[in-house]
Amino acid sequence: MDYTDYYKLTCSEIQKLYRENKASPEQVVDSYLKRIEAVDGKLNAFVKLNRESIDKQLKDLKEKKEKPLYGIPVVIKDNICVRDEETTCASAILKGFKPPYDAAVIERLREAGAILLGKANMDEFAFGSSCETSCYGPTKNPWDLDRIPGGSSGGSAAAVSADEACLGLGSDTGGSIRQPAALCGVVGLKPTYGRVSRYGLIAFASSLDQIGPITKDVRDAALLLNVIGGHDPRDSTSVNAPKPDYTKSLINDIKGLKVAVPKEYFVGGIDKEVSLYIGEAIKTLGSLGAKIGEVSLPHTDYAVSAYYIIAPAEASSNLARFDGVQYGLRSKAAKDSLLEMYNRTRAEGFGSEAKRRVILGTYVLSSGYYDAYYLKALKVRTKIKEDLEAVFKEYDCIVTPTSPTPAFKIGEKKEDPLSMYLSDIFTIPVNLAGIPAISVPCGFTKNGLPVGLQILGKPFDEETLFKAAYAYEQNTEWHKRRPSL
Amino acid sequence: MVSKDNNNKKSEIDVGYVAKLARLALTADEIKRLGKQLNDILGYIGKLNNVDTAKVQPTSHVLPLKNVERTDKVVPSLRIEETLKNAPLKENSFFKVPKVIE
Repeated sequence: MDYTDYYKLTCSEIQKLYRENKASPEQVVDSYLKRIEAVDGKLNAFVKLNRESIDKQLKDLKEKKEKPLYGIPVVIKDNICVRDEETTCASAILKGFKPPYDAAVIERLREAGAILLGKANMDEFAFGSSCETSCYGPTKNPWDLDRIPGGSSGGSAAAVSADEACLGLGSDTGGSIRQPAALCGVVGLKPTYGRVSRYGLIAFASSLDQIGPITKDVRDAALLLNVIGGHDPRDSTSVNAPKPDYTKSLINDIKGLKVAVPKEYFVGGIDKEVSLYIGEAIKTLGSLGAKIGEVSLPHTDYAVSAYYIIAPAEASSNLARFDGVQYGLRSKAAKDSLLEMYNRTRAEGFGSEAKRRVILGTYVLSSGYYDAYYLKALKVRTKIKEDLEAVFKEYDCIVTPTSPTPAFKIGEKKEDPLSMYLSDIFTIPVNLAGIPAISVPCGFTKNGLPVGLQILGKPFDEETLFKAAYAYEQNTEWHKRRPSL
Repeated sequence: MVSKDNNNKKSEIDVGYVAKLARLALTADEIKRLGKQLNDILGYIGKLNNVDTAKVQPTSHVLPLKNVERTDKVVPSLRIEETLKNAPLKENSFFKVPKVIE
């Protein structure tokens, strides 16, 4: 293989070349930089390339040969702080912000020998399912440039799908890792809430946010979670639980695995081809020895409603910190009054979806509406969590579509926020319950658009997800397809 | 449908007032557009009233964590110049803001 083709490889394939001394990190990184140069003009997946720091990162690698991600190029969603590299959440209000510290996951990646290639595009503050609310303009889906890549981690998913990065980090609040992974034909994992430190992740909804891997195959997702997972005292919600070696779960054997199929996920609004491929995937799991059973998650239909109260409520509170004082934009229009400075800075800095969520969140928390909306949503959240707990008493995992439709057209839902919100219908319950879930490629529509299979697991049981996803992947070919660009 | 008094009358969100609470200067156009969109969204969200939650405890957080304590030990923190590096306006070792008290 010519070194200029290294960008096509998975992380474990590159690691094999390194072990056999057949490739150097300089060659691998160069191959990726050339690939980015060749295709990112079409995709807009990167918002920033770490040109200056890449050479230094490569020099610092000398001592790290034995480290788990030695010389592996990674793309980072733009809401994760990287020291001295512009980090903006794709929002005009944070243009120019250079964090004075690394997020916990970035510290771990550096320690592991990974190369940070740059920052990936996203929906502004992760508010969206299409990557269209970015202040840098939309990212395109590598499988069809007229379509969205999904969101909010659309840049990370498109970059990994188009071989512009070997591994990607995303964040998932209501589906923002899994949905773009599904729509771009790659693997995306939302870990259990508390598994990965949120220190240095710019907060959207603190009780739902979780950082996770976006990768070309299941093994790479396990390798990346091995590095980024684990306790961090700086995030008080990071859980001090033992962290297994996830590569040990990569065994092609799911005989006797108890798999639940919730009937509420297969009614109305779901695309026919998506439904067909999910049905095929369930048959495949069955033929591999899994025991399939139909279950009911009766409160599924209320998840989007509860989420669009809880998430904007938390977001409106988290976004209060963007006031023109400590970082980012300050309006030049108001010099005389502090209050006017706040009002104008936020008006100029936030995009339309951010404004919508700040208003919605402020409203549901405001005096007189708190009980009717916010408290009600928290109680329905309990019901959704209990539904899932009941199923997990009898089953090891649950399978569903990741997204009700394949990638939609750019602009199709932009002016219709409610219809955009409903595209997260199958991913949201996972965040409300705090459980882990993975999306793996499970088919392609007649138009050549990827379809994703979602597997949900018990809290802190990512191992079962890896096992089921790996067995499925080993017995199918979908993950090997790459878009032609 | 949800309203303040839980009857079947749809509550109309007063976007201008909420924007004031949220410290957000909106144009008249934005107020109009957001009002329509948010009323649609609130109309959809109103289906939560079909769930009986009389005896249900709220879940604000999924983990069974209570007080997470750490040792009260001095550790290094950011230097003042690092903290101020991103400030739009600063003076000496302070963030500078417009006058607060008239």
